[in-house]
Amino acid sequence: MLAGLMPEQASELAPRVDAIFLGLTAISAFIVLLVVGLVVAFSIRFRRGSKANRDALPNLVSREFEIGWTAATLFVFVFIFWWAASAEIRAFVAPKDAIEVHVVAKQWMWKTQSANGVREINELHVPVGAPVRLILTSQDVIHAFYVPAFRLKRDALPGQQTEAWFKATKTGTFHLLCTEYCGTDHARMLGRIVVMEPEDYARWLSAQPEGDDLAHQGERLFTARGCAGCHAPGSAVHAPDLAGLWGRAVQLAGGRTVTADGAYIRDSILQPKRDVVAGYEPIMPSYAGLLSDGEIQELTAYIRALGSGSRSSRRLGEPPLSSRVPGGPEARSPALVPGAPVTDTPTPAGPATRP
Amino acid sequence: MSADVAESPTALADRGELALGLPESYLAAGHTLGSWLTATDHKRIAILYAISITLFFFIGGAAATIVRLELFTPKADVVGADTYNKLFTLHGVVMVWFFLIPSIPTTLGNFLLPLMIGARDMAFPKLNLASWYLNIAGGILTASAMLAGGIDTGWTFYVPYSTVFSNTAVSLGVLGVFVAGFSTIATGVNVIATTHTLRAPGMTWFKLPLFVWAMYTTSLIFVLATPVLAVTLLLVLAERVFGLPIFDPARGGDPILFQHLFWFYSHPAVYIMILPAMGVISEVITCFARRRIFGYSFMVYALVAISVIGFFTWGHHMFTSGMSPFAALVFSFLSFIVAVPSAIKVFNWTATLYRGQIGFESPMLYALGFVGLFTVGGLTGLFLASIPIDVHVQDTYFVVAHFHYIMVGASVSAYFAGLHFWWPKVTGRMYPETWAKFSAILMFFGFNLTFFPQFIAGYLGMPRRYHVYPPEFQVWNVLSSAGAAVLAAAYLMPLGYLTWSVFFGERARNDPWNASGLEWRTTSPPPRENFLGKPEVLAMPYNYHPEGAPPIKDRPRVPAQGSLT
Repeated sequence: MLAGLMPEQASELAPRVDAIFLGLTAISAFIVLLVVGLVVAFSIRFRRGSKANRDALPNLVSREFEIGWTAATLFVFVFIFWWAASAEIRAFVAPKDAIEVHVVAKQWMWKTQSANGVREINELHVPVGAPVRLILTSQDVIHAFYVPAFRLKRDALPGQQTEAWFKATKTGTFHLLCTEYCGTDHARMLGRIVVMEPEDYARWLSAQPEGDDLAHQGERLFTARGCAGCHAPGSAVHAPDLAGLWGRAVQLAGGRTVTADGAYIRDSILQPKRDVVAGYEPIMPSYAGLLSDGEIQELTAYIRALGSGSRSSRRLGEPPLSSRVPGGPEARSPALVPGAPVTDTPTPAGPATRP
Repeated sequence: MSADVAESPTALADRGELALGLPESYLAAGHTLGSWLTATDHKRIAILYAISITLFFFIGGAAATIVRLELFTPKADVVGADTYNKLFTLHGVVMVWFFLIPSIPTTLGNFLLPLMIGARDMAFPKLNLASWYLNIAGGILTASAMLAGGIDTGWTFYVPYSTVFSNTAVSLGVLGVFVAGFSTIATGVNVIATTHTLRAPGMTWFKLPLFVWAMYTTSLIFVLATPVLAVTLLLVLAERVFGLPIFDPARGGDPILFQHLFWFYSHPAVYIMILPAMGVISEVITCFARRRIFGYSFMVYALVAISVIGFFTWGHHMFTSGMSPFAALVFSFLSFIVAVPSAIKVFNWTATLYRGQIGFESPMLYALGFVGLFTVGGLTGLFLASIPIDVHVQDTYFVVAHFHYIMVGASVSAYFAGLHFWWPKVTGRMYPETWAKFSAILMFFGFNLTFFPQFIAGYLGMPRRYHVYPPEFQVWNVLSSAGAAVLAAAYLMPLGYLTWSVFFGERARNDPWNASGLEWRTTSPPPRENFLGKPEVLAMPYNYHPEGAPPIKDRPRVPAQGSLT
């Protein structure tokens, strides 16, 4: 009977969430039945005209009741909090070996790109049983990446990155929905997650014409946007060397230290005057408005690749390959909802033109 | 008792022997439109509010009806995407800002607060009238936004969609809500000042009726939280109209800042909607159970605790926005804690019934319905306070069902309970009881049929604000839409029979329910000055005794004019 009332479980997280949900449902059902049962029983027993005992309660009794159920409620609620919170804490950090997928949301489509360079629109293919880490951002308004079967949801925020991860436990095709209201076609901003057996996934992957991976695009940008002029090894300008930077503690002018992570790289590109590395002049111009979110992601991936050794399938420095995914999104993303349009570039609604 | 000199005129009026020289009722004090629109009498202002919020209720309800009609099928066959988005925005904006928030405080609260504490009027009668005009001005601005093409942001106005991307009349609508906000601030100031300064002799803080306590704690939220909303809306206007970079991330702004500011007001606003409802229910249950409310002082502390802790739970609206796990845990914990005083109230209402002498007149039916709906709504709040479950159901129909159980199921049931309970006092007329009982029962079943399936659809993963949806969710939506039709009928019925009763209803006695509050110690409807003499309060509140129990010795007393004071 529960089959139709519960969503499909397709991730490692799903059974844990459902367990808390069902436990909480049982406790709630008990309390509702208790309250409704007492209300109905009292209503019948003590209805006007019945011959029930209506003497006053001793004060002591009412005080004991009051303190008793306040304490019991508090205990039950704190217990549920602890139970739910412990599950949340365990699920917070993604495993180190997770496959990394960058997701860019825009009105009204999902663009995904794996670290191995495969780009998809409104689709994401992943192997079953492997942890997948999502790095989300948005090009316009706030969206939310929601896969009900995985019990997974995370907002995609413009100008910021958020992260989430999952490990699929079941092959199949699952809804990818947008749950943060994002304008006209919010309801049609749909995609699907295709979970495949590892060997099917490998076959699918090899059938994809290889695109540039993020780090390679970042490497190209690094030169094209002039970053290399100062930051390349042997440059005449005195700028911090970026090789081996990723994940390291950086000493800032003023004594603070920060860890060179995605947020730090992003801030350094957009607000270079804010956290200046000790021993360097604040001479770098801001790139705010000159680089898109996607481009910043690519540059970050490049810097990361410089530091930690290439995590992607190919080594840096090989000639970049052209980036084409055949078939077009229409062929690859059949609409999940009747009448849902799947277009490569939907007409954007904004930004609004203001007088 | 023979008619001796000490018998009060109210007692005469109770028996229908209207004594000569009784002052005429507040309703008879003037019959022109002007006499109403310039009235500073709190009772007349309450009527003005009642008329305006009823209008808003049916505007918002009409929008909801079309929304439910559209969701009958998975396809967009009634309205298109843009119209649908404007309809749910209209529904949310009107219902939240112009119906739910003002509903009980400005109508029943305005009418009853001075009567319950033995005052002649509110502390600032002209400010009270100005509040109504501000509310209407806000309503007109928002309505003109709807006429100027509508708003498609949802009632939450999330940025940067509302500031940068929406091409609709957001500025006008936001301005309307901003203006209406001042109305609630003014109402709050008025209630606080009135409660502090105008209590009758003997009306100590712990003799105040719980409805007055509820109004008082609600007003604290009005005064402390609404300015934050006002600032937030001003910032939205500044970004939209003057192009200041505040929330737009493309220019260095922070969209999450908006959410913090917005929910800092809007989560306490949920308590604005439910605290007055709790006050009404406390009055009604104790009267029809004919027992003093169980644990009066705990009921007071619970109201205060809810209003205070309610300020620290706003972050549970943002668990999916990437907030730090530590912050999320703190907000989760506080959200569980705030549920404890709510649970105490439910248990105390239930315990009040024990050893009572329960009558099932329509206000009681609404109140018992409230207890059930509020329990379900409150418990599902615990689901949303649990982070892993909230992550799954955030922005799905589970959330829609949860807050409708609290804000519509509970709050509107309480509004109807109070409306029926005090209708004889307000209008001097009785309503047809059979119709009222029927609509109370219909409302309870219609409500559950509408919103319970949404819990299931939501947990299955149906997002909110979708005009088209994956077909597997259809069965739950059909049930919900069918329930909405029942609910619409149940809401229309009181409009019909209550209006009828104003003209044709049986004349009401001063105290038709044998209730204990001070408001029943004057005529129905009350005179302009509320009481004939100066009220003096000797009794503890809720001096109800089931039949056979010792006689009532210490009812609140209103001496007749000219007698002992």
